[in-house]
Amino acid sequence: MFIKQLSVFLENRCGRLTEITEALGNAGVNLAALSIAETSEFGIIRMVVSDSEKGLEVLKEKNFSVSLTDVICLSTPNEAGTLAKSLRILANEGISIEYMYAFSMGERALVVIRTEDLEETVDVLKEHDRELLKPEELYNI
Amino acid sequence: MIWNQKFETMSREELREWQGKKLAETVKRVYHNVPFYREKLQEANIVPEDIKSIDDLKKLPFTTKEDLRDNYPYGLFTVPMDQIVRVHASSGTTGKPTVVGYTRNDIATWSEVVARTLQCAGVGRDDVIQVAYGYGLFTGGLGLHYGSERVGATVIPISGGNTKKQIQVMQDFGSTAIACTPSYALYLAEAMEELGVDKDELDLKVAILGAEPWTDEMRSDIEEKLGVRAIDIYGLSEIIGPGVSSECEAQAGLHINEDHFIPEIINPKTKEVVKPGEKGELVFTTVTKEGLPIIRYRTKDLTTLNYEECECGRTTVRMQKCLGRSDDMLIIRGVNVFPSQIESVLLEMSETKPHYQLIVDRVNNLDVLEVQVEVADEFFSDEIKKLEQLTKRIKGNLESTLRISAKVRLVEPKTLERTAGKSQRVIDKRDL
Repeated sequence: MFIKQLSVFLENRCGRLTEITEALGNAGVNLAALSIAETSEFGIIRMVVSDSEKGLEVLKEKNFSVSLTDVICLSTPNEAGTLAKSLRILANEGISIEYMYAFSMGERALVVIRTEDLEETVDVLKEHDRELLKPEELYNI
Repeated sequence: MIWNQKFETMSREELREWQGKKLAETVKRVYHNVPFYREKLQEANIVPEDIKSIDDLKKLPFTTKEDLRDNYPYGLFTVPMDQIVRVHASSGTTGKPTVVGYTRNDIATWSEVVARTLQCAGVGRDDVIQVAYGYGLFTGGLGLHYGSERVGATVIPISGGNTKKQIQVMQDFGSTAIACTPSYALYLAEAMEELGVDKDELDLKVAILGAEPWTDEMRSDIEEKLGVRAIDIYGLSEIIGPGVSSECEAQAGLHINEDHFIPEIINPKTKEVVKPGEKGELVFTTVTKEGLPIIRYRTKDLTTLNYEECECGRTTVRMQKCLGRSDDMLIIRGVNVFPSQIESVLLEMSETKPHYQLIVDRVNNLDVLEVQVEVADEFFSDEIKKLEQLTKRIKGNLESTLRISAKVRLVEPKTLERTAGKSQRVIDKRDL
């Protein structure tokens, strides 16, 4: 029911990101969303792809430190204040966000979210009639 | 200046006779008081009465750092604890340190041999010596301290670190000698430059440097920048600490205090004594120590021995500045570090693989240690804060075991070089 996100540990070395994207591209795995978190020593790349199991296999073969992490994807109208409203709901329930990344496209804005307790997060958002994307919808975007 | 005319200028024959007599006494003592030695000698079919002269030394079995570890902490002490007045410790090959103990007489012996070291370097009662070795379990600080008092010099027990204060004390107290590691001496010199302190403002004339390997280039650098004569000293806690050997003002090899510590050079593979002048592993037998006498201790330091008489008048044998190690021990900021210690820390932590690489470098004349660790797949977290916490924990665990700070860098799995199944664990960029 959750979206399976690929998380990869990366040393800050030139060319590593290229190698990841090439490996996925050659295996026909399409990237739906991507973000990078970096420190001075290393980075973590988080990706939602068309086929997470295959992506995992491909990257493991290439000896990357990679894992699947559950995330959810909130879909809101691409309008001022809509993200704030959703976040307010979560904050009121005492749910804090580990990380998130977002982009908007045409009339919708999509927000990938990771929290400590995803089930509770989903329940709370649904109770307040927030729209969540099904995993397949994001994989095949 | 020769502190002990009798023993430092004794004829070789007289010295060998003394060594033989003292060796026989020592073997008797360890045989009757230390189960470890008794068993070892019995295994080798030796009874104390077999040891009559110094030529019998080669019959005796070797002792290693592992033996000290196996008998941790006090198992090799020859006397009851009520006669031990001091302990010191150095790093072991894994987590446990190597503990050494001194009787009151041992402390007197130690002061005596360090006094010889200081006189060898030209330090006497008119000098003001700044002891910038660490005081504590490490033998450097207290060893130099007691020896300096013995020669009657004025001791400034400032211990290590706090560079600005060191420089100020040198200026204000008129230090004529400083004892520290060679890398710290260079570091001090550079700090002086930055602070605009001219070496000619100082009274410093000699630096007594040891506890880590250094090159002749470093020596010229230190001599020029600090305006001193840089004297190399050698010692290890298992034997006594500083005072085992020291250069004289001729700076042509380190005179060994042979009436206390008998040196041999062996081939580390065959364990046979090599021909005179050949390079090999240095082995010491202590013949006057009471608390922890040690028979044929393998130092793992590689060097040669020179029995020619020195221009300074001493007749004692001279060892060449150490030419490396026959094991993988590193000396970082004067502290002994074994890669196996790092391995055991990592193995105790489930989050990391025992795949690691050590990068040792010298930045601004200070040794820096970086430990690169592969993160195990199953513990990889995609949350930065968790990885940062992991890095911090590894760093903390390493520091409490190694007693020096290390930079920890997480690296991708299977990226550290593995040569023929065994990884290239250490990259030492210091070029020593």
